Amino acid sequence: MTASRTAWLPRLVVAPSFLVGFLFIYGLIAWNGWLSVSASRLLPNYGFVGFAQYAALFESERFHVALTNMAIFGTLFIGGAMAIGLLLAVLLDQKIRAEGVLRTVYLYPMAISFIVTGTAWKWMLNPGLGLEHLMRQWGFESFTFDWLVDPDKAIYCIAIAGVWQSAGFVMALFLAGLRGIDDSIIKAAQVDGASLPRIYLRIVIPSLRPVFFSTLMVVSHLAIKSFDLVMALTAGGPGFATDLPATFMYAMAFSRGQIGLGAASATVMLATVAAIVVPYLYSELRTKR
Amino acid sequence: MTRFTWHRLVLWSVLLLFAAWFLAPLYVMIATSLKDMEQVRTGNILSWPTSPTFDAWAKAWGTACTGTDCGGLQPFFMNSVLMVLPAVAVSTSIGAINGYVLSKWRFRGSETMFAMLLFGVFMPMQVVLLPMSQVLGWLGIASSIWGLILVHVVAGIPSTTLFFRNYYVGLPDELIKAAMLDGAGFWRIFTRIVLPLSTPILVVTLIWQFTNIWNDFLYGVVFSGADSKPITVGLNNLSNTSSSVKEYNVDMAAALIAALPTLFIYAVAGKYFVRGLTAGAVKG
Repeated sequence: MTASRTAWLPRLVVAPSFLVGFLFIYGLIAWNGWLSVSASRLLPNYGFVGFAQYAALFESERFHVALTNMAIFGTLFIGGAMAIGLLLAVLLDQKIRAEGVLRTVYLYPMAISFIVTGTAWKWMLNPGLGLEHLMRQWGFESFTFDWLVDPDKAIYCIAIAGVWQSAGFVMALFLAGLRGIDDSIIKAAQVDGASLPRIYLRIVIPSLRPVFFSTLMVVSHLAIKSFDLVMALTAGGPGFATDLPATFMYAMAFSRGQIGLGAASATVMLATVAAIVVPYLYSELRTKR
Repeated sequence: MTRFTWHRLVLWSVLLLFAAWFLAPLYVMIATSLKDMEQVRTGNILSWPTSPTFDAWAKAWGTACTGTDCGGLQPFFMNSVLMVLPAVAVSTSIGAINGYVLSKWRFRGSETMFAMLLFGVFMPMQVVLLPMSQVLGWLGIASSIWGLILVHVVAGIPSTTLFFRNYYVGLPDELIKAAMLDGAGFWRIFTRIVLPLSTPILVVTLIWQFTNIWNDFLYGVVFSGADSKPITVGLNNLSNTSSSVKEYNVDMAAALIAALPTLFIYAVAGKYFVRGLTAGAVKG
């Protein structure tokens, strides 16, 4: 009895949740793909229109703004978070007495919602009573900081708040990697007379390569999925100057009555994330065996 | 170490400078939330309130306007509590059982299924929004807390499964084999042997799911109705409600109210939260 039971029981137990999970992931991806080649506007309409929605998408000025913003925001967000995160991890690895406290401080933004972060930074960066007001009270009478309402500069505010939120996360990932490095290698190099910065540049950081790639992958997909922060900080404004693909998709699908266009932009996002994540997952699962 | 005092000075300055940068927004939020609007105008973002008051907190909780509705954040907070508790409990339980099977009862194809499920951790959720709102409509739970709970449970299964599976892989197989020789079956081994050893990963997963679901905005804004909006949507509506005078003190109090539950958990169990963060990215 046990032999036959052990054969089917585990499969039966996981079957419902896997079925629902696969339907949710792959079923809905396919369905969304179907919507993206349909004539849907305000309501789903399954008349096939080929790639017309994609053509319209790439002709849309607003989507071009979203893609340009994605490039600016992505570069600054990924670059900033990776650089600050790595710096903090290396510094914290120097046998700092208060490491636990500092680590807690660096990481707490990850525990709060991007909506909270956005609300806080919107207040600090607002041109009326925020940072500008502070600097003027401190005696810099002509100090102006109106990036948040400047269509050309507002995207940088989003990047600043994004880096603030995520740098600690990158630090935690790198610190975990640094802790995995054998101390004796560093000691041996020190005995050979190598200076500490040199040891880090030549030995420690190169050996972090796998951690570097997984961190890059995680931060990149966070950048592409960024939505909450923009909604809270600028809501895509002024106008649609700070739209990212995620906010573009939301606006088209849920407030502008352009379901087909929204679905097409979601598919573009999916393809971008898949291009980053699938090779990573593949190599990750390969090396495990 | 004393030879390196100069190095240490630079090191500490950089570390403390960054600590100040990370803490500044929290300080500004707390300071602003304790001011009245008069102090907000006369002071600056860094000044400590001259006469601290909790009026802004009371207003944010009970009477602030979000859109045309002036009931404060209280109803949104309650919605979030009602949503987050069942969603966390169910998604964590499913993850534990899935992880148990995928590590200790592997069958042909189970590894491939796991890899396919993992994509759900990373995919952009924009891709499921439109079809999912149709599905929720068919199920008759659109715009309700039940709909949100369902979405959070299903969307959480990939990461909870990943957490438990990677943890259970580290439990020795001999344990399971010995129990089987004693005649214990699938469920008995799970409840008597595996589950009692699961406390750390259980805490990690519960905290991870709680933080994620509490902080979620995307599902909240897309799938909720008038009476089921979670706290993040309430906060966003509150701070975007245009009135003649922008009450930043109320906004900051509201932001802190929305952040308190997850900040509290981070303060008491930060170690487990960090473990969850790294578990999602680095191989287990």
